[in-house]
Amino acid sequence: MAQVTLNQVRKVYPNGAEALEPSTFTIPDGELCVLVGPSGCGKSTMLRMVAGLEDITEGEISIGDRIVNDIDPADRNIAMVFQNYALYPHMTVARNMGYGLKNRGMDKGQIAAKVREAAEMLNLTEFLDRRPSQLSGGQRQRVAMGRAIVREPDLFLFDEPLSNLDAKLRNQMRIEIRALQRRLGTTAMYVTHDQVEAMTMADRIIVLSNGHIEQIGTPNEIYEHPASTFVASFMGAPPMNLLEADAAQGRVTLKNGEVVPQASVNGHAGAVTVGIRPEDIMPSPQGDLTLDVDIIEELGAQRLLHGQMGGQAFSVAVPKDQEASTGEMRLALKPNAVHLFDADQGRRLG
Amino acid sequence: MKRAAFGHIGFPILLLLPQLVIIAIFFYWPAAYAVQSSFYAQDMFGFTSTFVGLENYTRLAGATNYVNALNFTVIFTVLVTFFSLTIALLLAVKADKVIRGAKTYRTLLMWVYAIAPPVAGLIGVMLFDQSRGNLTQFLASFGYEFRLGVNYWDTASAMIAVSVWKQIPVNFIFFLSGLQAIPRSVREAALIDNRSGTSRFWDITFPLLAPTGFFLLIINITYSLFDTFGIIDTLVKSEPGNNPLTLVYRVYVDGFRGGDLGGSSAQSVVLMILVLILTIVQFRFLERRIHYT
Ligand SMILES: Nc1ncnc2c1ncn2[C@@H]1O[C@H](COP(=O)(O)OP(=O)(O)OP(=O)(O)O)[C@@H](O)[C@H]1O
Ligand SMILES: [Mg+2]
Repeated sequence: MAQVTLNQVRKVYPNGAEALEPSTFTIPDGELCVLVGPSGCGKSTMLRMVAGLEDITEGEISIGDRIVNDIDPADRNIAMVFQNYALYPHMTVARNMGYGLKNRGMDKGQIAAKVREAAEMLNLTEFLDRRPSQLSGGQRQRVAMGRAIVREPDLFLFDEPLSNLDAKLRNQMRIEIRALQRRLGTTAMYVTHDQVEAMTMADRIIVLSNGHIEQIGTPNEIYEHPASTFVASFMGAPPMNLLEADAAQGRVTLKNGEVVPQASVNGHAGAVTVGIRPEDIMPSPQGDLTLDVDIIEELGAQRLLHGQMGGQAFSVAVPKDQEASTGEMRLALKPNAVHLFDADQGRRLG
Repeated sequence: MKRAAFGHIGFPILLLLPQLVIIAIFFYWPAAYAVQSSFYAQDMFGFTSTFVGLENYTRLAGATNYVNALNFTVIFTVLVTFFSLTIALLLAVKADKVIRGAKTYRTLLMWVYAIAPPVAGLIGVMLFDQSRGNLTQFLASFGYEFRLGVNYWDTASAMIAVSVWKQIPVNFIFFLSGLQAIPRSVREAALIDNRSGTSRFWDITFPLLAPTGFFLLIINITYSLFDTFGIIDTLVKSEPGNNPLTLVYRVYVDGFRGGDLGGSSAQSVVLMILVLILTIVQFRFLERRIHYT
């Protein structure tokens, strides 16, 4: 068990690309922390530095109370699950899982017992004598999990472990991994670019963009108080609507002259960005805002109305039992629906 | 796959004909001729030949110089195969780790591949030359007098050294691409599972290279047996004397120098059988070669 701390950690690759700007944060013991962000934002880089697979350009990483900068990956007491599982193709499932233990000098009987225990936990018992090539993708994924579990590490590192699975299996494994991590109480870092995975699994989410941390917070904080337009549009599906608007005399006015209710600007004046989640607004004849709907998208439990608000793209989610048609309609906000960001930097206002 | 339908059996045969003719003229006909002449004895000028049954073969088994050549060929093949494989593997493992200037390094190593065997032999002759050879002088500085073409084991070492040197690039290319085919994440997983680089090599890298290694083993045995002819020929300067000779070179010496076509043919037939066995081994094992994916 261990907490993980990054202190001003920076990564510049030999080709000069800065993959991670100096970053500082702590993951408390036993938490599952999700690193999320678009492709190429530096998630894997950060994880690989913690694993010791990549040099740390500047700063310090500690696991527990040890600074691990100069410690070999094998000595960091971590376990990693790779996107393509990275199983040893020439070893049976049992040997795959036991290999790390063998190298720590554990005796055969003990290894076999641990492997069997993990295999039972993951429903892998009948596959212990098979090679990875004789397993399905989901089973390989489990073996990779098993290999991580048997080591009883201080820290689990997951790099997009579910992205090679089909949607159904992914949902199931997501829940299993979460439950397993809870049960074992092992600190974990989990990389994904899937924001649903991030929201459902995380105790804490770190949103990365272009090599810097946009926001750190619980899933709820990230959803309720996105720190920037980037976080606002990246986290949440369907994504938050972002509208250009003007603030003056304490009021926020859209391009079509409609005033956005609830928007309190605290003396800020000039161009702002208004953020409203599609699920935070609903059709209402007395509403203050006008939407010109041109497309209706059926999603089963709800439908999405896509259209224009003051000349800018806007979407609304309505429950499936609510009538919807194309053309002009009035919309009213639910409480606390408006997020305001400054127009240049995209930082949250208030 | 889509099956093409031919109306008549004649058409596919017609398409295959050029290939079949070439194989028949250049492979089967000489082979059949060798088998046939291995049962005959010819006079010195090749005018008359008499059927002698298996005498050419029994004569081989009894001939000390043939048995010597056989023994030497075994030693030669084992050493050349062993050293060219291990040195190439070592170089490939090192090259695989090189990040900066990797291309240059690899190209330099591969150049040797483009050198024809007799030229390699000539370079060997120059290096081991009695009076001017760099290696001869180098050894002389340790007080060892290296006598190529005179001392049996000196000549043998030169043959082995040049043959190994010539074969390393081929093995290197195969080993390197074999190494690069091992997924990076598998190596990284091993890095987390095992602190010792040496034991990682034996536990992970080596087994994953085994299919490549086995393929190269067969290729190298064949090379040592047959393709070293040019090297040996230049090194012994076409003067076999009491120099070490491989079986293939003996076929040439006995047949074309000694004029013993019957005995030479019998030796060829023995070699053909050897190749046949190697081929069968190769197919049986390579076909079953495990594809780890
Ligand atoms: N070995 C390397 N050398 C140079 N640049 C690299 C190297 N590895 C990654 N990068 C760069 O660093 C940045 C971050 O890469 P990283 O692999 O961490 O992204 P990621 O967030 O994991 O993306 P993905 O979701 O696609 O896996 C990218 O711009 C990438 O091009
Ligand atoms: Mg990645």
